[in-house]
Amino acid sequence: MAKKIQVIDDVTIRFAGDSGDGMQLTGSQFTDTVAAMGNDLSTLPDFPAEIRAPAGSLAGVSGFQLHFSSSDIQTPGDAPDVLVAMNPAALKVNLKDLKPGGTIIVNTGSFDTKNLRLANYSTNPLEDDSLSNYNVIPVDLTKLTMTTLEDLTLSNKEKEKCKNFFALGILYWMYNRPLDVTMKWLESKFAKKPEIMEANKRVLQAGYNYGDTTEIFTTRYDVKPAQLPKGIYRNVSGNEAVALGFITASLKSGLNLFLGSYPITPASEILQELSRYKNYGVITFQAEDEIAGIASAIGAAFAGNLAITTTSGPGLSLKLESIGLAVMTELPIVIVDVQRGGPSTGLPTKTEQADLLQAMFGRHGEAPVVILAAQSPADCFHCAYEASKIALEHMVPVILLTDGYLAFGSEPLNIPKFDELKEIKVNFVTNPEGYHPYSRDENFVRPWAIPGTPGLEHRIGGLEKKDVYGNISYEPDNHQIMVNNRLNKVLKVADFIPNVEVDGDTEGELVVVSWGSTFGAVKEAIRNVREDGKKVSHVHLRHMNPFPKNLGEVISKFKNILVPELNLGQLSLLLRNQFKCDVIQFNKVKGQPFKVSEIENKINEVLGGNNGN
Amino acid sequence: METKIDNLTTQVKYTAKDFASDVDVKWCPGCGDYSILAQVQRSSPEFGELRENIVWVSGIGCSSRFPYYMNTYGFHGIHGRAAAIATGVKLANPKLQVWVATGDGDMLSIGGNHFIHACRKNVNLKIVLFNNKIYGLTKGQYSPTSEKGKVTKSSPYGTVDWPFNPIKIAAGAGATFVARAMDRDPKHLQEMITRAAKHNGLAFVEVLQNCPIFNDGAFFHLTEKESRPDNVVYLEHGKPLVFGANQDKGIKLDGLDPVVINLNDGVHSINDVWVHDEHDSNPTREFILSRFTDVEGLPTPVGVIRQYNKPTYDGDYHHQIQDLISKKGKGTYEKLMFNANTWEVK
Repeated sequence: MAKKIQVIDDVTIRFAGDSGDGMQLTGSQFTDTVAAMGNDLSTLPDFPAEIRAPAGSLAGVSGFQLHFSSSDIQTPGDAPDVLVAMNPAALKVNLKDLKPGGTIIVNTGSFDTKNLRLANYSTNPLEDDSLSNYNVIPVDLTKLTMTTLEDLTLSNKEKEKCKNFFALGILYWMYNRPLDVTMKWLESKFAKKPEIMEANKRVLQAGYNYGDTTEIFTTRYDVKPAQLPKGIYRNVSGNEAVALGFITASLKSGLNLFLGSYPITPASEILQELSRYKNYGVITFQAEDEIAGIASAIGAAFAGNLAITTTSGPGLSLKLESIGLAVMTELPIVIVDVQRGGPSTGLPTKTEQADLLQAMFGRHGEAPVVILAAQSPADCFHCAYEASKIALEHMVPVILLTDGYLAFGSEPLNIPKFDELKEIKVNFVTNPEGYHPYSRDENFVRPWAIPGTPGLEHRIGGLEKKDVYGNISYEPDNHQIMVNNRLNKVLKVADFIPNVEVDGDTEGELVVVSWGSTFGAVKEAIRNVREDGKKVSHVHLRHMNPFPKNLGEVISKFKNILVPELNLGQLSLLLRNQFKCDVIQFNKVKGQPFKVSEIENKINEVLGGNNGN
Repeated sequence: METKIDNLTTQVKYTAKDFASDVDVKWCPGCGDYSILAQVQRSSPEFGELRENIVWVSGIGCSSRFPYYMNTYGFHGIHGRAAAIATGVKLANPKLQVWVATGDGDMLSIGGNHFIHACRKNVNLKIVLFNNKIYGLTKGQYSPTSEKGKVTKSSPYGTVDWPFNPIKIAAGAGATFVARAMDRDPKHLQEMITRAAKHNGLAFVEVLQNCPIFNDGAFFHLTEKESRPDNVVYLEHGKPLVFGANQDKGIKLDGLDPVVINLNDGVHSINDVWVHDEHDSNPTREFILSRFTDVEGLPTPVGVIRQYNKPTYDGDYHHQIQDLISKKGKGTYEKLMFNANTWEVK
């Protein structure tokens, strides 16, 4: 009997297992498949800071959540509809997040005494009635995998490692997805290990068939392709998108890209990704420390490259003195801070937005810089591009803030056409006549003359410069002029960035002002409360310094300003200071992104009984 | 008609004056830095480089004002970071000849990490370390090269820390050209600077430099006419290590121990004396030479302690880029963005 197929709008699946169980891989394969099917999607991996915590332990649980849909979505989903639990620890850690009545596909083969004890279960949850509120589908993935591979000569350990593909096969069947994307991947990944390739392909197919033939599964689901804007798409993680954005800026500006960087979680993937693109003229200098990362970038900027450095919060702290030098020498560099839970080592694999004030004020002296914040994994591409453009055209350091949530999360990027990307104008000075290193144009931008240019030999450095001429100057009035010049140059950037747009009415009871990675959760929350007939407006900030010119005016039209942030109120502080407005803070510092429901509840609380009219 | 630009450019003949900037030099009167500046400016025409292709980078300290006085491209950095900044300049444009002017505090204390890693990678930089064994710009605290027991403003009872030996660190970290010179021996200093310029790889020159204000005379036993012959041995490739006012003393290697022998004692002869091999493939003798200054009774070696060739970091880096471009083709936006799994929404 053919099983019925039920069409649904969206679904959220979480894969969870030991850090060695291949959950990130399983999740990313499912992601590639739904992407190829044209769904909108958003993903969020969640893994421990320890590379391999003891097998079976609660600390070692690694998860990957995927939300895919036939309509436009912004977040990886608050609560999964389906949990794939590869062992007792994975069940224990993730059960609390599952939707009531949700489906649990559980590997019964791993529910032995040892694993139950490691997960602190006194009784087997599959045998008591503690899971009675869920739709539990018990499958002995381990045994089924071993049976499938019985005749192969691989070791038992190698065979068992394939069990994640059995689970993946079941899910492909459940959600009516084809196997070919993953099959192709296996063929190229294991081209040199044919037996491993064969084993995984066989197990994937066996899982699919298992869904089809056994009586346990009664319903299949289908999620139709999403109606996304026209274009060619690819799935990108935030870190990958940052790398692609910088290379694109390099191609557009005609300058070689130079990255000086030191590995740090969660930013290392940008360094790794960029190191693959040497044939694009990309230079990745893995430096001896964070300071050398930025110092080398400053040297490369002096020599005429598009120079960047990438790091996370603690690394940004180490770079602050050097940023002062970049401010003083007025060289274009981009500093990417992939924010994580802090202070100190803090929560290195978790997300937070608590470096905004460090980016804004964390320097000695008056040292303003431009600050951008990306709002989604795909937006990381556009932000890296725009940060490069601003740095190069305004001869100014730019800090780009992303965070762990964006870095590891993924979503489809509508790939822009190269010709449609804004020009990046770079004019190296070559004419010695009238050249002065610290003369300025109408935007307070000084000329860029690079070593190798005859007749323009000049010296710059960290000491205060004589206005226009650039020689060392300790004159009191000159210092005031130069401090003002450097500030005015940053403020002038506001003329080149778009005004903020209000999503919703331009005046009323409540506006939510968000920045950075909270965009998706806030947008979905507002969509939901509007469906309840309430009026709420939304302003999202990508430009943190300078703010868009109309921001103060825009938010002044609302009775209440709600500012949700994954910190203790950093944007709130900036808004209060700059616009003398009162704001309602909504703060969370748990190393996790906002849930849509949390924002919804807060909006409802602020609106009280009324609907915002 | 063909113009031979190469010929024209190599015919640019500079004099020392061409390398002097219009900025007033502001070191203390009598400072050894004046001599170093003068010798560098006198040597620069010998480098065979166009002036616009020379970059001087520095950190912080008296010596780090150096780039302002050179009529080349210059970058006065922040404390300790000169080697890292210079590495960025060199990698970004390998055609440039990149120099670092630094001091004992700047390069061996706050900048120690950048120094050893630049040496390790054999970045094609020329590092001139102005060693005056004191913090001058901050007015007289002991430095990482100050001798143990040194009384300074921050060590009124004498230091209890052992000093660094710059030559030993550079050699140990893998610098491929290691030399020592003195501010008060201008001709020899010029020679060392020129040799450093011509070396392909990380060249390190320690210049013993007098600070007349805070550490006056620290090297006078080496630099002054009367005492120099007995305290300094000039290293020359292929020549025996002979010193003394009458050239009557030599260094003999007794196993791995250098000992001073008297060439007129009737027991020893010139044949017993260690003959200097600059290009020694084995670093053992380089280390023995670096230790001379740590051993009582041995003269201080000046000259090229060791010079050898190995591929440079920047050279290999750009070869790798060129190799990949010839294998994969120069990257384009199409290849960058559309090579992954893409799908079209119509």
